[in-house]
Amino acid sequence: MARILSILVGLFFTVALAWSFGKGAYTQITDPPAATAEHEFHLAPREYTFVSDGILGRFDREQLQRGFEVYKEICSTCHAIRHVAFRDLGALGYSEAEVKAIAKGFQVPVFNPATGEVETRAGMATDYFPPVVYAGQGTPPDLSLITKARHEGPQYVRSLLTGYQDQPADLLKKFPDSKTPDGLHYNPYFANLNIAMPPPLTADGQVTFSDGTKATKEQMATDVAAFLVWTAEPKLEKRHQTGLAVLGFLLFATVMGYLSYRNIWAGKKH
Amino acid sequence: MSFPWAKEYKPSHPFMQWMDEKLPIPRLVYNAVGGGYEVPRNLNYFWNFGFLAGLCLILQIVTGVVMAMHYAANTAVAFDTVEMTMRDVNWGWLMRYAHANGASAFFVVIYIHIFRGFFYGSYKAPREMVWLLGVVIFLLMMATAFMGYVLPWGQMSFWGAKVITGLFSAIPLVGEPLQQWLLGGFAPDNAALNRFFSLHFLLPFVILGVVILHIWALHIPGSSNPTGVEVKSESDTVPFYPYYVAKDGWAIGVFAILFCAMVFFFPNYLGHPDNYIPANPMSTPAHIVPEWYFWPFYAILRAFTQDFLFIPAKLMGVMAMFGAILVWFFLPWLDKSPVRSGAYRPLYRKFFFFGLLPAMAVLFYCGGAPAQEPFVMLSQLAGLYYFAHFLIIIPIVSAIEKPDPLPFSITEAVLGADEEAKLAPSPSATVA
Repeated sequence: MARILSILVGLFFTVALAWSFGKGAYTQITDPPAATAEHEFHLAPREYTFVSDGILGRFDREQLQRGFEVYKEICSTCHAIRHVAFRDLGALGYSEAEVKAIAKGFQVPVFNPATGEVETRAGMATDYFPPVVYAGQGTPPDLSLITKARHEGPQYVRSLLTGYQDQPADLLKKFPDSKTPDGLHYNPYFANLNIAMPPPLTADGQVTFSDGTKATKEQMATDVAAFLVWTAEPKLEKRHQTGLAVLGFLLFATVMGYLSYRNIWAGKKH
Repeated sequence: MSFPWAKEYKPSHPFMQWMDEKLPIPRLVYNAVGGGYEVPRNLNYFWNFGFLAGLCLILQIVTGVVMAMHYAANTAVAFDTVEMTMRDVNWGWLMRYAHANGASAFFVVIYIHIFRGFFYGSYKAPREMVWLLGVVIFLLMMATAFMGYVLPWGQMSFWGAKVITGLFSAIPLVGEPLQQWLLGGFAPDNAALNRFFSLHFLLPFVILGVVILHIWALHIPGSSNPTGVEVKSESDTVPFYPYYVAKDGWAIGVFAILFCAMVFFFPNYLGHPDNYIPANPMSTPAHIVPEWYFWPFYAILRAFTQDFLFIPAKLMGVMAMFGAILVWFFLPWLDKSPVRSGAYRPLYRKFFFFGLLPAMAVLFYCGGAPAQEPFVMLSQLAGLYYFAHFLIIIPIVSAIEKPDPLPFSITEAVLGADEEAKLAPSPSATVA
């Protein structure tokens, strides 16, 4: 009885699935889904190995400082990094005085209970990077976590920043309706190919690096991506170092554990 | 209960004697995981995963309690408090990554544990209760993991919660009011986040309670073993301490190496990048996917694309998704074969290796893939096999299969001969 009941229930689900499968397969054949421009022209981020990649990945302090300069000069016009405090910048190798000076360069909002107004004052080391008010088209995302919030984040940021180009003629020929709308910009690394952000890196030398490195577009994009790896994961170096020590200990402990297992089971066939 | 030859706890120190009279906790431990628990000598490494699952539960409770100290269940700040834990709390990043990856490790271990049970027939008499409690634990784990994933209040947290709680609306008549009652609103919001946090804190301790029952129920017949032949005599078993303490001990080492490699070097590999974007009810992610451990059941949910016998496709999917797990409850009565172990069941073994495992693999893969062809069609085929396997194939196979000859005893399976046991019939010799 239980068997018959079970087979009936089984048939209910399997026949329902076969029905769904049949209808789906029929639709696939008679009415295959049309290809889309996103599907055919979207590109995966270009490969690049950052010093922070891999299990020995670390930060290059000079690169982080250059990346911060790019962020401060260019990105910060529209994008905030609200999870980062000025005090955190000490980790990039800035002295206390330098951190204070950087903080002073930003205006942070404070509520004045006497007037009931939100006013601004010069930033202090304890403040977080202030929110950015943006009135244009699109919604610039906060960048603190951007390299963890995208697949292959660091490579994505680097590719996106250097990926602006004219829409390929091929694309328009195949998908005449997919012309990049006014006010948007074609970028094959962006999910739907058309991004609201205007090309931020327009010319070599747009930023003057304080360490004298030549500021090519490629260099600026790479450095700011490296900086955003740090903003997303400031504890990355400590994590890698701790991990190596932990794994070293565990390998030793596991070998000892294995030997005691062999010792205890010696003479006991199993 | 234990076998007659199991050693008895004999405290020698006066304090332990005093303790044993008043509250015999040392005796309980001795009989549960000490020298007093006799275990088949022939367990293979698949039997380490029960112990590892217990370890994962403890790990999740410890890291989770620490995380809760720094978390605030409020939609305005939940995301930020998790980020703050990662950045400003001493070793907070370690707690967070260990907890997130600990959930994955727990599910890896538990899936292996469950599939070991499928292959070796661990669900069969006299261990049905162990199995039933195990399925309850698995359901509780899924509920706990789902609610835990909502807590950081990222994009996938929010949209995952929206999709999963939306399933309740498929229930006829009461569906929508039920969904609103569960969420405390029309969509996941502060009320839902708060109750999820409360339940996410509570359920692990419920799991712990059911785990204790699971182990208790196991200790009545004793552990199963790869031959499926019950213990007959003293030469079939070894005491848990030191034998299996040593074996589990080094297995913990291997587990810890793999786990720590993930936590320290690839902590976000199993997560979804979208969950590093704060929840935004106005912006739907391109692909809403749950965590990987839900993928097979998510694939089954999405496989039902057509109404069937006047039942809406969505309701079919919901019934099938829950049914796919609930069917495990009936397994001890669907599989009537007197032979437990798949090692001695040629037909069952073929369906296990060439049917169930590939179907699960396809469901895992398709559940994480976008809801497009060919993934939907693949999950329909795999889902079809899944239900056929448990509800049609297993009952038929167990009726028609001719099993291979079983060894007389565990000792014979290990040593090739067991003269001693054959001469002296033992109390449990009737069960094969």
